[in-house]
Amino acid sequence: METKAINNISYKEKIKGYKKDPFSALLLVLVVLAAVITMGVLVSLVVYIVAKGVPNITPELFAWEYNTENVSMMPAIINTLIITLVSLFFAVPIGIFSAIYLAEYAKRGNRFIPVVRLTTETLAGIPSIVFGLFGYLLFNIYLGWGYSILGGALTLAIMILPLIMRTTEEALLSVSDMYREGSFGLGAGKLRTVFRIVLPSAVPGILSGVILSIGRIVGETAALLYPAGTAPVVPSSMMESGRTLAVHMYALLNEGLYTEQAYATAVVLLVLVIGINALSAFIAKRVGVKG
Amino acid sequence: MKEKAMQWVFLAAASISILAVALICIFLFANGVPAIQKIGIFNFLTGIKWKPSNELFGIFPMILGSIYVTAGAIIIGVPLGMLCAVFLAHFCPEKLYKIIKPAIELLAGIPSIVYGFFGLVVLVPIMQNLFGGSGKGVLTASILLGIMILPTVIGVAEAAIRAVPNTYYEGALALGITHERSVFFTVVPAAKQGIFAGVVLGIGRAIGETMAVIMVAGNQAIIPTGLFSGVRTLTANIVMEMGYAADLHREALLGTAVVLFVFILIINLSFSFLKRRDS
Repeated sequence: METKAINNISYKEKIKGYKKDPFSALLLVLVVLAAVITMGVLVSLVVYIVAKGVPNITPELFAWEYNTENVSMMPAIINTLIITLVSLFFAVPIGIFSAIYLAEYAKRGNRFIPVVRLTTETLAGIPSIVFGLFGYLLFNIYLGWGYSILGGALTLAIMILPLIMRTTEEALLSVSDMYREGSFGLGAGKLRTVFRIVLPSAVPGILSGVILSIGRIVGETAALLYPAGTAPVVPSSMMESGRTLAVHMYALLNEGLYTEQAYATAVVLLVLVIGINALSAFIAKRVGVKG
Repeated sequence: MKEKAMQWVFLAAASISILAVALICIFLFANGVPAIQKIGIFNFLTGIKWKPSNELFGIFPMILGSIYVTAGAIIIGVPLGMLCAVFLAHFCPEKLYKIIKPAIELLAGIPSIVYGFFGLVVLVPIMQNLFGGSGKGVLTASILLGIMILPTVIGVAEAAIRAVPNTYYEGALALGITHERSVFFTVVPAAKQGIFAGVVLGIGRAIGETMAVIMVAGNQAIIPTGLFSGVRTLTANIVMEMGYAADLHREALLGTAVVLFVFILIINLSFSFLKRRDS
């Protein structure tokens, strides 16, 4: 026989309750409505962009060369890849090392820690346009690089640093202290414990943070516009200008002649970002299962 | 020996974020402040005419523009986001939660240029049909920004609501009031500080947003006269003209960035302060 909770209420009784207390019913309606609107906005955005964009995706848009007749997005895709890799090359080790310091080495009551936390939070809140201007002033003007892929990538490295630091620190802190104690008990030093025991256990969490920051790099426009410029080609060196996919889309819209191609670019961007998010969530979920 | 050396390496890495913030401050202020001095801080901040060709650099319309669209985004985004957070924390069946939560995280991941494009091709024509005119302006920008800050507000507010001890809710329920009233009159008030922190973070996002806003705001450098009047924000002012500006004009744009940066710093610091007090 099925056991029933004593406070179990049938739907009929529920509706009767709401009739007695219409204000509660109103609150319920408002809450559900808010969720429906939020989901509705997301679904309509994705569906609209995909429906309008997919028919505009043509093989020519993936040609190697960009010219005014065929505004190919291929150079932009390659540049996005280059900038992503270079940004990660700088930001990931620095971010992970900082997090190791914060989570493993800093002692309680260390005066340095609150300062790092405050600056990291500040860095996370700075708008991308300010990063863009800073990158322009530092790399293009002060160091005299002019528009360059490297300047853009370094600007983005600074931008994603707080994200990597935060996710890595969380991943490190979630590693059980038993691992550390066991390692110390076997005679391993601090450094060996961190690199051989703690870090490998935290890899999925770190990875999900890294993938999230790839998503931010791929979607970034304002922070790249000034340091990296908008040249629609794959540059021959790191010191030349090149546009990423998001900047490419901005440039297409700015010129105002290529709305169809902008739709197609939007789909590619959207699919990339959805894929990246899904991957990150998938990896983060596997951590949850393990822990 | 190696232990000690690596500890210094970790310490050095942790100092880089401090160095980055210091560098950003130094470069922005060193390049922007001289222009503000040349124009005169009073003329710059309160001047209502922005006419670079006539050497008139008053950014008051843009300051007001940023404040208007941010306020609009808050009016639209905060109630919606807060209700949505309440739904996620106390009304959502577990199976549905597994779909909605990642969907909202996806909303945070969509690039701002895609939001701007969506605003341009969907929102602007709708506003044109409903209210006439160009369809671009304060209201359109507010709606788009309101949507964009949703994930921020929802994320922080949901965490704050979940952090309230369950005894609050159970106690209220035991006194005989409904589920809805328990949530809204005991749990939500207890989480109000955390929710407020989410609002502050949302303000920071809205005021710093660039690429989406320039697509739908109209960008006229005038003081907006109504909901449908075109508006230019501080961020838009920089992106619109940085490409071709020179000399004092360029410096005035960097001065605009300094003003924006100071706004953001104030907002960030108050967010950090709220969060600390909360915990």
